Amino acid sequence: MIQQIYAVTAMNLRSIPSRLGTSAVIVIGIAGVVGVMVALLAMGAGFQATLASTGEDDRAIVMRSGSLDELSSVVIREHAAILAEAPGVASNSAGEPLAIGELFMLTNVAKHDAVEPNNVVVRGTTPQVLNLRHEARLVEGRMFQPGVREVVVGIGAQRQFSGLQIGDLVEVREGAWPIVGVFETGGDVHESEIWVDREALVTASRRSAWNSVTVQLEDAASFTTFKDAITSDPRLKLQVQREPDYYASRSEAMGQMITGLGYTVAVIMGIGALFGALNTMYAAVATRTVEIATLRALGFGSVPVVISVLLEALVLALLGALIGGALAYLFFNGYSVSTLNFQTFSQVAFAFRVSGALLVQGMIVACLIGLVGGLFPAVRAARMPVADALRAS
Amino acid sequence: MNKERFGEIDVAETLVRLEGVAKSYRRGNQDIAVLDALNLNIERGDFLALMGPSGSGKSTLLNLVGGLDKPTRGSITVGDARLDQMSGGQLARWRAHHVGFVFQFYNLLGVLSAEKNVEVPLLLTKLSKAQRRKHVATALDVVGLADRARHKPSELSGGQAQRVAIARALVGDPDLLVCDEPTGDLDRSTADEILNLLQVLNRDHGKTIVMVTHDPKAAEAARQTLHLDKGKLVEAQGVAA
Ligand SMILES: Nc1ncnc2c1ncn2[C@@H]1O[C@H](COP(=O)(O)OP(=O)(O)OP(=O)(O)O)[C@@H](O)[C@H]1O
Ligand SMILES: [Mg+2]
Repeated sequence: MIQQIYAVTAMNLRSIPSRLGTSAVIVIGIAGVVGVMVALLAMGAGFQATLASTGEDDRAIVMRSGSLDELSSVVIREHAAILAEAPGVASNSAGEPLAIGELFMLTNVAKHDAVEPNNVVVRGTTPQVLNLRHEARLVEGRMFQPGVREVVVGIGAQRQFSGLQIGDLVEVREGAWPIVGVFETGGDVHESEIWVDREALVTASRRSAWNSVTVQLEDAASFTTFKDAITSDPRLKLQVQREPDYYASRSEAMGQMITGLGYTVAVIMGIGALFGALNTMYAAVATRTVEIATLRALGFGSVPVVISVLLEALVLALLGALIGGALAYLFFNGYSVSTLNFQTFSQVAFAFRVSGALLVQGMIVACLIGLVGGLFPAVRAARMPVADALRAS
Repeated sequence: MNKERFGEIDVAETLVRLEGVAKSYRRGNQDIAVLDALNLNIERGDFLALMGPSGSGKSTLLNLVGGLDKPTRGSITVGDARLDQMSGGQLARWRAHHVGFVFQFYNLLGVLSAEKNVEVPLLLTKLSKAQRRKHVATALDVVGLADRARHKPSELSGGQAQRVAIARALVGDPDLLVCDEPTGDLDRSTADEILNLLQVLNRDHGKTIVMVTHDPKAAEAARQTLHLDKGKLVEAQGVAA
């Protein structure tokens, strides 16, 4: 049986060069499906990776109870002071708790080659932030000075928007503030933000309360101690989340939307490619009606015929998947874009991630298209009465 | 089975026996009878030519004898196999071991060389690669094409291609060769060569041959000729015995 399958398949494959045109329909169609699907899924994966990589297990973010995000949360200064003293919070060398109440606002900055401005997160914090978020470091210029209307911009924001170079002015509140530095945070979501001094922002925005407080815990295990202390304190109506949990929750819906879009487009294109594959394989089977009938006359069974047609479709589909996957990888892996995260109404810069798992998914989709596209023609080929098919010559 | 021949001359043994065979095709809701209540015995070692007008059912009859198709009614026995009672898969296995086919247009596989074409039926056997190669060489030798083994069908003349096809029909050493207009696509002298070859296979190699032909000269090469008209055998002429 294996020998039969091998013989028939080898023969089919060897005749592909004489049927290049029709065979190319499968290859190109499936390359398109896999390429577009992998690219879109890589976009979703990149987006989610950016938010999921944000934060550390041994840090917690505290917001008002019931708030979905920082924008809608308020933590008054008295409460911020209480929670900074809670058990489990780490201290710096001077013995002060590592906890920073931060303001979270949006401002408008124009994207490169776009007229309409986009929301960018303005985070009011303190120069201490570099100790709290130790993944953050200045790559250019200097930190803003306490109480001064100065801005440091995330490197992701700088890449995606125009007018965010050192020395440029950026509209924050009550006029434009000068940019004095550029920071990076290892590719996480903070890189899409601009940071200013919180007291300067309090004055300019006429606000007094923070939006959130981020604390450094003594270690990851202290989270429960800290959380229990905050939630059991009758003065506080606050919620505590581990940083990574919070940022992951901020990307879920958006990431799912992009991924859903990827699959939707893949399904639509996949249906097109499927018909292309069916067409090609029907044609392939039709041009070989006599050959197949001759093999059957010589005693070959119908199973080897079916399997060989399927294998041919599979080989062509995999070839298409390789081409599509390779193109997606070449053109999109690491490709940086920014998009509006509708969950936070702010722009997030991120890079497409064409992972091995996505390429495998592309292969699987290609195989499915190849199998289904080959199955019906294969069955038709096998069912054809031998005597009738021989008359076709 | 064949041994008796050595002792007693002409103890006829029937290889193919058709009894009350009918074949009809359904077209729409109408049955078209092609063969009707046909009886036929073909002896082992015979070389039978089947003639008759186009559409008289010659190919249909040949396909039944070769196990490519099943009768609507009646019984077909070849050797000790009841073809009419076999399933499609059983018929395929039977064909692989008991019958060789020769077609008008050779039906070689275009992507394979002559020797690979001849080897194809052996892929259905348990023979080793070396054994297959030996059988292929022998078959090509019998048809006189040992020197064209590596050629593709497109590089062969019609007569050569038909020889390759005959080698393919022979390679599994079947008792029965079934040929549908084997010379229909060839010029006179090439056709004569092929007919000579078939005669050699019949006479020297003991192959029983059933051949459909339109060509009276081709029929002369056979031991006997049967005429088919509108699905009935109308006349039998013994030519030689
Ligand atoms: N699959 C089929 N369905 C319907 N009718 C068929 C089918 N196969 C053959 N026939 C009909 O059966 C009749 C006999 O066909 P057959 O091929 O046996 O004739 P033939 O004697 O070999 O003719 P030719 O000399 O032209 O080859 C024809 O009328 C043909 O149209
Ligand atoms: Mg015919």
